[in-house]
Amino acid sequence: MNDNPMHYCPGCSHGVVHKLIAEVIEEMGMENKSVGVSPVGCAVFAYNYLDIDWEEAAHGRAPAVATAIKRLWPDRLVFTYQGDGDLACIGTAETIHALNRGENITIIFINNAIYGMTGGQMAPTTLIGMKTATCPYGRDPKIHGFPLKMANIAAQLDGTCYVTRQAVDTVAHIRKAKKALRKAFENSLQGKGANLVEFVSTCNSGWKMSPDASNKWMEENMAPFYPLGDLKDIDGIQR
Amino acid sequence: MAGEDVVLMKGNEAIARAAINYGVDAYFGYPITPQSEVLETLAEMKPWETTGMVVVQAESELAAINMVYGGAATGKMCMTSSSSPGVSLKQEGISYIAGAELPCLIVNVMRGGPGLGTIQPSQADYFQTVKGGGHGDYRLIALAPASVQEMADFVGLAFDLAFKYRNPAIIVADGVIGQMMEKVVLPKPRRRLTDEEVIARCPWAANGKAKGRKPNIITSLELDPSIMEQRNIHLQKKYAEIEENEVRYEEIECEDAEYLIVAFGSCARIGLKAMEEARAQGIKVGLLRPITIWPFPTKAIKARAQQMKGIMALELNAGQMIEDVKLAVECKIPVEHFGRLGGIVPDPDEVVAAIKEKLIK
Repeated sequence: MNDNPMHYCPGCSHGVVHKLIAEVIEEMGMENKSVGVSPVGCAVFAYNYLDIDWEEAAHGRAPAVATAIKRLWPDRLVFTYQGDGDLACIGTAETIHALNRGENITIIFINNAIYGMTGGQMAPTTLIGMKTATCPYGRDPKIHGFPLKMANIAAQLDGTCYVTRQAVDTVAHIRKAKKALRKAFENSLQGKGANLVEFVSTCNSGWKMSPDASNKWMEENMAPFYPLGDLKDIDGIQR
Repeated sequence: MAGEDVVLMKGNEAIARAAINYGVDAYFGYPITPQSEVLETLAEMKPWETTGMVVVQAESELAAINMVYGGAATGKMCMTSSSSPGVSLKQEGISYIAGAELPCLIVNVMRGGPGLGTIQPSQADYFQTVKGGGHGDYRLIALAPASVQEMADFVGLAFDLAFKYRNPAIIVADGVIGQMMEKVVLPKPRRRLTDEEVIARCPWAANGKAKGRKPNIITSLELDPSIMEQRNIHLQKKYAEIEENEVRYEEIECEDAEYLIVAFGSCARIGLKAMEEARAQGIKVGLLRPITIWPFPTKAIKARAQQMKGIMALELNAGQMIEDVKLAVECKIPVEHFGRLGGIVPDPDEVVAAIKEKLIK
């Protein structure tokens, strides 16, 4: 982590997840051998905060970008950092296929059920009944379809070795999340297959709530639909 | 061209084999007719066991071009190939690559459009290639091969130019050049650069920061318009330099010519035959073949126009390159177009008839 002032809203989950990534990279001694791929969305400027090499991908294409980096530099720690719109909507194909090819990368997935950067529109992961700028009367499955559980899909793929859903709303959750991140990064480095670490997150600006109320809302509404914990954890995929 | 080095193969196969021999680091592609032999040849030759070249069949053209972006951003030699509808899908990625100033090679083996069109040859992606198919003010270094030999030779040339200017290069072929078999001498095999050599060659690349250096960030994003304008001005200066230094063209029998055919790629082959037929009939025709369709040989055409009574732009499209020919000629002499559409390739005698009808009258 560097000292650049963050552009994220106060109370946002991104800052905590960034810090965890920075800590794990430093603890693994990989500062000089890591390449991050930032998305389009609020985290587009992730490259401003972690002092590692970065590539900024087009919307949804980060897993394709990461595929090439890792294939060409197999000893590097390569990860993408993507939001729900980027990963689960416009980039669904890239996400599923990179995971299913068993690319030795880690996909970090920030799921706050809303489009933050563009001002709070409906995301593929927006909960039924949840209000956003493009479903102001609440997400209605008759009109908008259903929220997508990407981690559940990822866990079914033969290319993934580790799929987990974490959160950073409490100290206990942050500690667990850091361990999950470390495991995913180590799997990637050891060539064990593809890893997806989902962070069920808040967007207090988009949700129009205080940070405190957001955490409470997340616990009461997001956690039952996106339950925390490991969905898959195997010691390397069968190639 | 002699001896055991001469081999017979399709243009698409020559692209693949030249890439392996030239030490290209990675190919990312998605099958589409009429260029699937590029990926098929690579798959059959298994270069990952010899040179270490990475070959990935991507899930889409979007993924393939973004893999090229990812690999090119690390300083390695990365390429993709496709045909017209697939190249349309790649345009977003090409714009990002141009914006981030990354060297790479794209190959378009053009087929007839619009839409799904046909699998037969066409040159209807001229506008897309040289006027900017994606968003923003950018240019591609665009090489138009007219033979299987040039398919092989332009792989290395395209990468050399791409790395010299940190700019994407494109080989603009068509279904004729991709599918026909001709004699070819492939580039001599050379090894791929080591990681250390890549780092030394591309100090800007993002491949894990070497100790002591600051992080490298590959992006085309800049929210401050005053900085973004400077970035654009920098790009335009680079493009002007390329226009000054890298124009390539061929002139055949232009010295005494009164009429000029301007044609690129497979059309130049037809134009050559038409030129011979016209000369047999006593009409003094010359041929100017743009090898780079961007940068365009504007000055060469302008100079040649001074001795000509008229120019025929011969293209497998409804009239695209003719606009650049007209700009070069500045309305001083008649410039007409002849082309067939939708995958039809004209006979040389059709071209001669068009010269008589449209230019000589």
